[in-house]
Amino acid sequence: MALVEIRDVHKIFQRDTERIEVFTGLTLDVAEGSFTALMGPSGSGKSTLLNLLAGLDRPTSGIVRVAGSEVSAMTAAQLAPWRARHVGFVFQQLNLLPVLTAFQNVELPLLLTRLSKREREERVRIALGVVGLEDRMRHYPRQLSGGQEQRVAIARAIVGDPTLVLLDEPTGQLDAKSSREVLALLARLNSEFKKTIMIVTHDPHAAEQATTVLHLEKGTLIEKEAVAR
Amino acid sequence: MKYLPLVLANLGRHKIRTVLTIASVTLALFLFASLRTVVTTLHANAQFGSARRLVTLNATGLVFVLPMAYANKIRALPGVESVSWANWFGGHYGDTKQFFAQFAVDAESYLAMYPEISLPEDQKQAFLHERTAAIIGKRLVDRYGWQVGQNVTLQGTIFPGDWTFTIRGVYTPTAPQIGDDVLLFHHEYLDERLGHAGIAGWFIVQIRDPGAAAAIAKAIDDQFRNSSAATKTGTEQAFQAGFATMLGNVSLLMGTIGTAVVFAILLVTANAMMMSARERTGEVAVMKTIGFSDRTLFGLVISEAGVIAGAGALLGLGAAKAFYRAINFNGFGFLPGFDITTGTLVMGGGIALLLMLASGLVPAARAARLPIVQALRRVE
Repeated sequence: MALVEIRDVHKIFQRDTERIEVFTGLTLDVAEGSFTALMGPSGSGKSTLLNLLAGLDRPTSGIVRVAGSEVSAMTAAQLAPWRARHVGFVFQQLNLLPVLTAFQNVELPLLLTRLSKREREERVRIALGVVGLEDRMRHYPRQLSGGQEQRVAIARAIVGDPTLVLLDEPTGQLDAKSSREVLALLARLNSEFKKTIMIVTHDPHAAEQATTVLHLEKGTLIEKEAVAR
Repeated sequence: MKYLPLVLANLGRHKIRTVLTIASVTLALFLFASLRTVVTTLHANAQFGSARRLVTLNATGLVFVLPMAYANKIRALPGVESVSWANWFGGHYGDTKQFFAQFAVDAESYLAMYPEISLPEDQKQAFLHERTAAIIGKRLVDRYGWQVGQNVTLQGTIFPGDWTFTIRGVYTPTAPQIGDDVLLFHHEYLDERLGHAGIAGWFIVQIRDPGAAAAIAKAIDDQFRNSSAATKTGTEQAFQAGFATMLGNVSLLMGTIGTAVVFAILLVTANAMMMSARERTGEVAVMKTIGFSDRTLFGLVISEAGVIAGAGALLGLGAAKAFYRAINFNGFGFLPGFDITTGTLVMGGGIALLLMLASGLVPAARAARLPIVQALRRVE
């Protein structure tokens, strides 16, 4: 069953007088419980696709539907709570608020819920436990390594138990060892916790962890391959 | 409340900047409270005075004296209940430069006419029955450590020479405008030392009916119109209001300075808030991605401005209230009853609220309206 449905999506950016067509009728399904890697050269539309799925941006035309909700038709006021409930997002960098501890960063999405302080604390501990950083919860981002920061960001992305976890080049700034740790963690989240994950990456090793690899080029899906783990 | 740690954490991002911004708001509101209290005290003092008391001065000016013989003539006029008189003394105590007022008064009639000067009966009697006795306000006891029974010598300036008084009482003013740093002594003693010159600085005339004040004042002035010392009589309130008119420009000046200070601080605070918000463009985008709504982000930024303005208000207004009360400030005798009023505190709170809105609205609206993708692209 498709968790994500993209139908005839067009996305055009206007930069000064230049008109940039990123997608010209993209259609795509992403199955629930899948681990999809989006690959392709710079400017192929990978990050734009992720932004459309998270409701951070709108398609010029077409439909983006996630878990039955038509994201592309939602207002800004509707999108904020929807994102809080359904999407966990990890960026390549600038993920964590530097003034908050790892614990407080992970707690952020839960502040938007009706959970009590105790419930929030419990969930944050679990999420940090899943990413193996329970002992770093009082540390500030500056006290963590790059890999640890990304793991905290992943903990924040999953703490609200979202429908979809989206990661935009999460290993782009990491060394090989940290990169492997993050990817192993994502694979575990997918296999053990059945999270639906979509990751934008240039890294072939990252793609190896995925169950599906999509290749985008100039906004067009040129290849879809199933990967046996 | 659950967002409070987030608000505080953001304020703690640049601790020095936050502390300096709060300090500037504190200073602004301290100055506002101080300047406004000068104005309110001047106005309150201008309103002071009994409607049943008239003041008769030399028509030429306050520094010119009147013959004491006028007292009997005034007393004889219809509607006049009693008459008292006083002189400004203008002495110095020791080598101190600190000023305090001294008046030579016709003690018995003066104390009867001013029930606002409250002192124990035994002290009052001791004062009334000793020609060189004096009574003082409590502030002079605190300032100089004077005690009842002690001899105090003043150096006269208007009336040269050493003047020694025995303190026989310490009064407490029941109206702050009376002032608690005044020394009152017998006019009789002054007159005697001056060789029975028979002069009074001004007369205070108690009348039976406040409604007849204008007619009695006219009658007094008419009586002395063609004499060598013509008089000018008015109600005590009008006399005080005359001072207020003279100080009208001071009020305007204080108000203008206060407004300018608050406006300058507003710009400083707004600038700090803008800088703070601009630095966090990427973080705001991340928070929006997490699911923070525009309204929540607006509230968070406004709350930061609120904490700064609130802390500044609490410190500035609280410090002003506590400081002036602790030092028992009275503007060196020119501002008796100087106290930060509730009205001033409320107005200061209102200014803090305006400060919060004026400095927080723009960055808050910017944070709320920030398009996520553009913001992320800008910081990458």
